[in-house]
Amino acid sequence: MIPSAITDEDLHAYVDNRLTQARRADVEAYLAENPDTAARLHAYSEQKAAIQAFHRDVLDEPIPHHLFLAATGLSPAPGPLSRPVWLSSGMPRRIAACFVIAGAGALGGWIGRGALRPAPSGAAGAAMGVSGLPRRAAMAHRVYSADARRPVEIGADQKRLLVHWLSKRLGTDVHPPTLAAQGYTLIGGRLLPGPHGPVAQFMYQDADGQRLTLYMSGEDGADEHAGMRFSREGQVNVYYWDYDKFGYAVSASIGKVPLKRLADAACEQLESG
Amino acid sequence: MPVETPTIDGDSARMVACIPRLRRYARALVGEHAAADDLVQDTFERAWARRRTWRRDGDMRAWLFGIMHNLYVDQRRRKGRAASTLSDAGVDLPVRPTQTDNLEIRDLGAALALLSAEQREIMLLVALEDMPYDQIAVTLGIPTGTVMSRLSRGREKLRLLMSEGLRPAALKEAK
Repeated sequence: MIPSAITDEDLHAYVDNRLTQARRADVEAYLAENPDTAARLHAYSEQKAAIQAFHRDVLDEPIPHHLFLAATGLSPAPGPLSRPVWLSSGMPRRIAACFVIAGAGALGGWIGRGALRPAPSGAAGAAMGVSGLPRRAAMAHRVYSADARRPVEIGADQKRLLVHWLSKRLGTDVHPPTLAAQGYTLIGGRLLPGPHGPVAQFMYQDADGQRLTLYMSGEDGADEHAGMRFSREGQVNVYYWDYDKFGYAVSASIGKVPLKRLADAACEQLESG
Repeated sequence: MPVETPTIDGDSARMVACIPRLRRYARALVGEHAAADDLVQDTFERAWARRRTWRRDGDMRAWLFGIMHNLYVDQRRRKGRAASTLSDAGVDLPVRPTQTDNLEIRDLGAALALLSAEQREIMLLVALEDMPYDQIAVTLGIPTGTVMSRLSRGREKLRLLMSEGLRPAALKEAK
């Protein structure tokens, strides 16, 4: 059977490797007899490779904060969130959130669950509620704990640098808790954007490769009295609490009970540190 | 990781995953770093505002590129009104040959800037995204035949630009 005439479209599809095997053979037979066309297609392949090489670096550039926020639908709404006046004065500054849990935790967890579920449609901004801390923490957990190549920006082998760098960026002393007694080792951390400034994420891993993240974010309207709360964000369980202007969240795809033990350990160390 | 359910979280994560590719494409398209990132930001903002227009079974990347394309067309239209005497070819690109003579074009960026914006978009979607022709057609809202003719003309023009002058270093190194 005589193959149908080779079209210009065939030639481009040849360059882009989009032909069936049979058609590819037709084009190759044609090119063997038309060296000028073959040379032209070779030039097209070269220019395609050159375009790819020319812009390759962009893929490895760190993602700017404002783009991360825009992509997650978390770009700060115009106008600052109003903050209750009583939070900023008169109240005792530091309350151990880890120990508030006993009574309020169950209730807080229950309410938090309803209040902080993502809205079923549209309106990403509205779904954020007042803080959206557990959702942001779970999202960051999902994105980075799944990254096999680069789960952390700075590894735990450079712990001093990590602590110094994150402390400087967050404007407070940051001490990642030790969770070795619970079977989790610190593997490193990274800085992320948040609606109220930079956020630190510490990544831990157990012997089976299960990852856990601690998310530490400066919060407008942090409420130390709310105690430790629980939120289920899709496949990720989150315990979170506020302490001294920061919101903390411990996220992992593990059961509620073991996660609670880890969150308690983290909370106690952070508040005594 | 378990399969993601279609929640806001899932969409956020998918959009975050698209950031590097959108940035690369925008950078190649508009040339200038800050303007490119602005285009990416506008794309995400519009995407969230119009999230219901995304078909759940569809390809989020193609949907986002389509939004970016529309924003880019709007942008150029506005600029076109502001500077109607400028020609179609790469008016918004800072990377342009410093000499008027085409023989002086030394790098690929400058050569790409000399293509029409329509040709450049398709060349970039083919080279950077390896997008099938029919998906490019849907993304840009044009017939597949138009995709092919623009690709054909764009490639030939770039070939002539690159071969006429000094053999560009960028092309040599990339081999």
